[in-house]
Amino acid sequence: MTPRQVFSPLSMRATGLVCGRGGMALTQQLTVSVASGQCLLLRGPNGSGKTTLLLTLAGVIAPLAGAYVLEGADTEVPNLHYCGHRNAIKPRLSVLENLQFWRAANGATGEPTAAALEEVGLAALASLDAGYLSAGQTRRLALARLLVSHRPLWLLDEPTAALDVEGHDLVTRLLDRHLDMGGLAIAATHDPITLPDPARMETLVLGARIAGAPS
Amino acid sequence: MMAFRAMLLRELRLALRGGGDMLTLVLFFVITGAIVPFAVGPDRELLARIAPGVVWIAAFLAMLLGLDRLFRPDHEDGSLILLRQAELPLSAVVAAKLIVHWAVSALPLIVASPFVAMLLAMDVATFWRTLLSLLMGTPALAAFGAVGAAVTVSIRRGGLIAPILIAPLSIPVLIFGTGSITASQSGAALLFLAALSLMATALAPFAAALAISSGED
Repeated sequence: MTPRQVFSPLSMRATGLVCGRGGMALTQQLTVSVASGQCLLLRGPNGSGKTTLLLTLAGVIAPLAGAYVLEGADTEVPNLHYCGHRNAIKPRLSVLENLQFWRAANGATGEPTAAALEEVGLAALASLDAGYLSAGQTRRLALARLLVSHRPLWLLDEPTAALDVEGHDLVTRLLDRHLDMGGLAIAATHDPITLPDPARMETLVLGARIAGAPS
Repeated sequence: MMAFRAMLLRELRLALRGGGDMLTLVLFFVITGAIVPFAVGPDRELLARIAPGVVWIAAFLAMLLGLDRLFRPDHEDGSLILLRQAELPLSAVVAAKLIVHWAVSALPLIVASPFVAMLLAMDVATFWRTLLSLLMGTPALAAFGAVGAAVTVSIRRGGLIAPILIAPLSIPVLIFGTGSITASQSGAALLFLAALSLMATALAPFAAALAISSGED
């Protein structure tokens, strides 16, 4: 195996953060903090602002109020991987070309592409055009992107979407290893993700706007 | 540098594997030139006189056609969000896209321009000046186009707005472009055209990157 890079201790701290789209607030004031080796699970019904919160933390959407900071991080370099609903996979490039591009664009700090493809179970399909992959396989390729460049913060939006049972295990394994390395993760999910060490997980339930929602 | 090269390679691969996109642009360019003799009549002298303008209009329209491919596919499949977090600054991403965009949408037009020149009864000396002016002026058109495409990328069906947005910006390019072919002081017009191209290509990556990162997803 490749030598493990251990991230310096970091913590993601948000204070009074209100996220929304088009000027409409979707979340109440959120004050959360996630430290190295911790995973925050975002739960909540559809439309409760999980994706919006992740996009806000990724810097794509400006928060309506409040602020967030990644403490202890070098702000000169990109520190996060965002893995959203859309996989950003080009159907006309081969599986390997897709991954090689992202490895070059994001910095070749992680595993070599071959090892990452092996890890997500796509090694045999490396030369196939990515357009021929099934939805689950495309998702696996998108996850491989997280492996080829090491970044401390993972923002995962429904990482297990379209994945089979084995794929769920894969996500759990990758997440666990990322936390081992001192990384942190924030994941929005409907499927329960159970890490081997439950002490590493925290759950934030969004969607308190809906009257009568279980707290 | 490696990231920039990877970006160039990716764009080039996507463009070349994009099926007949390039051929469509070239055909559009040639056909626009070809319909003019039918519309204005087969007067050789008149055709030769308006030929520089016709070539530039055809090139301008053909380049507008390819504009929507610049950022929209990356916006739709989520690549654009990820490119904002890439090691490569977004302006370098745009610069790479701009270079490839010019190579696959302007260069083929320049290669095809002898056909249009022939259809418009252009003489050889004028044809060489046309070639030179297209070579000097199309980078500016591509650069303005990139800014327009970046501004409209987050708008659904913004592909139709971008051409309207950049048409006023492109007018100087057309003026000096045709000027460098016809006017008596074509040397000065050519230098102006070169200056326009240099300035536009130098500034456009930053302007387009700013437009992309300030436009919400």
